[in-house]
Amino acid sequence: MIATEVDHYQEQHARSQDSQSDSAPSWLTDLRRRAIEAFARLGIPTRRIEDWRFTNVSSLANRSYELASTTFSSSDRAAELVDRARLSDEYHRLVFVNGHYAAQWSSDHKLPGGLVIDNLANAIRERSADVERQLARHANFDDAAFIALNTAFASDGAFIDVAENVAVESPIHLVFLSTADAATVCYPRNLIRLGKNSRATLIETYLGGEGEAYFTNAVTEVELAESADLDHYKLQHEQIGALHIAMTQLDQKADSRFREHYFSFGAALSRNEMSCLLDGERIETTLNGLYMPTGDQVMDCRTRIDHAKPNCNSYEMYKGILDDRAKGIFNGKIFVHQDAQKTDAKQSNQALLLSDDAVVNTKPQLEIYADDVRCTHGATIGELDETALYYLRSRGIPAGLARKMLIFAFANDIVQGVDVSEVRQHLESILLSSHGLPDV
Amino acid sequence: MLEIKNLHARSEDTEILRGIDLHVGAGEVHAIMGPNGSGKSTLAHVIAGREDYEVTAGEILYNGKDLLDLEIEERAAEGVFLAYQYPVEISGVSNKYFLKAAMNAIRKHRGEPLMSRKDFVELLKQNLEKLGMDKSMMDRSVNEGFSGGEKKRNEILQMAMLQPRLAVLDETDSGLDIDALKIVADGVNALRSPDRAIIVVTHYQRLLDYIVPDKVHVLAGGKIVRSGDKSLALELEEKGYSFLQEIASV
Repeated sequence: MIATEVDHYQEQHARSQDSQSDSAPSWLTDLRRRAIEAFARLGIPTRRIEDWRFTNVSSLANRSYELASTTFSSSDRAAELVDRARLSDEYHRLVFVNGHYAAQWSSDHKLPGGLVIDNLANAIRERSADVERQLARHANFDDAAFIALNTAFASDGAFIDVAENVAVESPIHLVFLSTADAATVCYPRNLIRLGKNSRATLIETYLGGEGEAYFTNAVTEVELAESADLDHYKLQHEQIGALHIAMTQLDQKADSRFREHYFSFGAALSRNEMSCLLDGERIETTLNGLYMPTGDQVMDCRTRIDHAKPNCNSYEMYKGILDDRAKGIFNGKIFVHQDAQKTDAKQSNQALLLSDDAVVNTKPQLEIYADDVRCTHGATIGELDETALYYLRSRGIPAGLARKMLIFAFANDIVQGVDVSEVRQHLESILLSSHGLPDV
Repeated sequence: MLEIKNLHARSEDTEILRGIDLHVGAGEVHAIMGPNGSGKSTLAHVIAGREDYEVTAGEILYNGKDLLDLEIEERAAEGVFLAYQYPVEISGVSNKYFLKAAMNAIRKHRGEPLMSRKDFVELLKQNLEKLGMDKSMMDRSVNEGFSGGEKKRNEILQMAMLQPRLAVLDETDSGLDIDALKIVADGVNALRSPDRAIIVVTHYQRLLDYIVPDKVHVLAGGKIVRSGDKSLALELEEKGYSFLQEIASV
């Protein structure tokens, strides 16, 4: 069965290569060919593979998704989605519809010198050498089926380049919309590079409409030079029937700072892998996440931090709120390599189960090869605190509101860690509508 | 106001209350004293509605209504207030939000107009001053990281804000130094009025120097074994609780 499904993606690959054969540079055609070969060798992961033991992706990934066409049929629907995804008109915004850049909804306000905000398709045409240098530089596909698959089809996404000493004041908002007109697959590929001593805020929103179930397979490669500073947000609001598989590969140099804020709400099955290489001294890396599956949703959150050099700090806090029959998976790997003395790594994962049928599998995984380090990890799985509920109710607060208050409180420290006010308000409004608090 | 008749309650398999009869009239302050494990706290929580206890017999009438038929929050909305011996810490919920949510939930239940932010802030400020509390505590999570004394004051603050008709204070004096004790007692005394009743549960007579009760009941072995006026508290202080054990075991 797997073979036939791999065949499906391979045929699709062959067709797409034919149609693009005139335009794509030969290095890219070659990269895509190696990637599809790697994918054919790896196949769609089964639960026999340790890293996929709790996540059964095959039934969704084995559907025959068609490659989304560059034209989309319903622009009303896309316009409505753009509106829903909008956080602020002040932001630099790149909109992609079914994986393809949509200029009419994108806006790049006056860009400071030294800042490139482009779509990858255009960058491949206009700065092929730059793209060649970066594409697949950090996201290795030899052992990762979905990175291989994405690379095999890599053609569009965001291309962001911030030059040395440039501070980008407005957030850069990447919006990936799926109109869900048909059962399609799209492969956003984002290349982000921050030069020395530069600073930026990047937001990725994934949002889908009602309709056919679709598949988003995204890869983002991020490179931070010395003393660069990036806040990265990801808001996952895929359609409830969708499959969302995304990898972010981060490469950090000395004195750089990276803060990730991942918020997962949508998709039937979502898997988000965040992998960070701390390849320099005095780096600070923060990974925060909040996932809130309900119904039959499955949310798989995976992080990997490689401490390769001394004197770096990493902080990680993931929280899950699971209701109904939802399933959550958290896997947090921390590797402290032999050279990485004086590493300080903290990891915490907390899950709140609101129903007897909700399940969470949590697995911290620390491998430490240096001797002078501080690594801590903690995982808690619990239900709402009955004593706290009683206390709130005994002050007259109805049971329903008391529950909401405790759920909101659980999520609140992750939300309050969000510095961008529009994003924080967006998240608060979601918490308010689903598990949130009325203004009392 | 409060009429408890033949109240029996247990926690899991242990019978704790074994036939309590108690009548507290409007305007009265009653003290319930007794040794550890006599059932004082259980009685307080059964009145508030804690679900860990099962009432196996008897009834609690409150202004003619059967309190046992009401949900926890309904009891609070009807004016029942329990000041906890061990106030609960709630991380991530600010004191201010909590208080306002409570006040307006109760108002809503009673069909009264909700309190405006401005009126709330003004009332809160007055009460904070009376209790010698810093307003910065209102932005902190409910009871989180509060000292023992701060938690008790926070209970009295809630009581002052919610203006209950029946207040039950469960060992409010424990862990308080004498200055804090006076402040707490002032807060309770300020609530005394002809249409309110107050039950003070305590192990020691000390608090009753500041909150002078109309009646004192001694609870032992899950029953009220003696009732009297405030002099009974002094007698207990003098003789200790040991002589009661004999009465209870009869």
